[in-house]
Amino acid sequence: MEFKDYYEIIGVKRDAAQNDIKRAYRKLARKYHPDVSKESNAEEKFKELGEAYEVLKDPEKRVAYDQLGADYKAGQNFNPPPDWNTGFEFNGGGYTETNAAAFSDFFESLFGHDNKGAGSRQSHGREPQYHAPGEDHHAKILIELDDAFNGATRTITLQAPEINAQGHMLTRKRTLNVNIPKGVKQGQFIRLAGQGSPGSGKGKSGNLYLEINFKPHSFYHVEGKDIYLDLPVAPWEAALGTTVKTPTPEGTVDLKIPAGSTSGRKMRLKGRGIPAKVPGDLYVVLQLVLPPADTLQAEEFYRKMEQELAFKPRAGLGV
Amino acid sequence: MKIELLSGLLLDDECTLTLGEISRACSAHAEWVIELVDEGILEPGGHEPAQWQFSGPCLNRARVVRHLQQDLGINLTGAALVLDLMEEIKDMRARLRRLEREN
Repeated sequence: MEFKDYYEIIGVKRDAAQNDIKRAYRKLARKYHPDVSKESNAEEKFKELGEAYEVLKDPEKRVAYDQLGADYKAGQNFNPPPDWNTGFEFNGGGYTETNAAAFSDFFESLFGHDNKGAGSRQSHGREPQYHAPGEDHHAKILIELDDAFNGATRTITLQAPEINAQGHMLTRKRTLNVNIPKGVKQGQFIRLAGQGSPGSGKGKSGNLYLEINFKPHSFYHVEGKDIYLDLPVAPWEAALGTTVKTPTPEGTVDLKIPAGSTSGRKMRLKGRGIPAKVPGDLYVVLQLVLPPADTLQAEEFYRKMEQELAFKPRAGLGV
Repeated sequence: MKIELLSGLLLDDECTLTLGEISRACSAHAEWVIELVDEGILEPGGHEPAQWQFSGPCLNRARVVRHLQQDLGINLTGAALVLDLMEEIKDMRARLRRLEREN
């Protein structure tokens, strides 16, 4: 197990005042909040921050953590000394806002985990005196753009932390076979009834919400229900006009390029976006590409154009 | 091993979720969802809370607000503002990407 330097994670000195720790944490928490942040590793960073703050905001835990010694460096191999926390008393203060199940092994080896921890975030809203349906679960899944066009069956593996009878944290894996309906869009949920936590008593099981995310495609770009495609065209195709083969998620089509097209010209293929009652559109954006002058013949050709075409590309600039 | 094929409900613009369904999916009290409606963050169809019908995107919004409140301690008005700004940034980023491609 690797030693985690919680001070380094929050970016404060070891002798920082509680207030400074709080301020530094708040700032980073805003920066890396997964719902807001554009950083690619936001979720991971946010979890790490939450874990570090859980320890440093609590004077008891902080003192205990501090006496592990400043000799450890982040990433260094770490085993807690057997008597490391003797004489320290922990009251059940922790894990109020954070999901303790997501904390690292390092954290768990030091502070263990509260049995209520994993569920505490969800338990605020329960009304056990009336009924006790199981909790709803959420998970993100990645699908191909094609799946949204044709519908698909995807096998997904989900991992969920679980506390066993001995109080140990385990990762429970399960595999689901899920129908991806045609026309799903980025960020939408699919609700699988009864796939959440089992209910207690006569309560129904909770639901599982799968949040759809598209894997990045090598040439399509999805925006809402519209799709964008950059289509490379040769100068003569754009200048003279022609019909070219164009890929669309539903198969290749013939696309008419009007004569005199310029680079960046946007052409809309109505209804060729993501299927729906009112389907999205496919936007084809022309990208003019030049043949390289890498053979004698090509070079001659360019020379000939230079000599025979009265073309002044910078005429508008007055030079 | 054969695994049963599960078909779920797609929570799109047309689907309708009840107050109870939204509350449970956010692990929150119904009162909390009612506050979101009062704040104008969610705009369900129907007049009385018992008849309210929420679209799929309402759940996305409600969950973001829930996270912002729990993780960053933002109040409802602040969360509503963050949502609006995020929406605006998202649109601008998309526009920027399009413009970058066209030039």
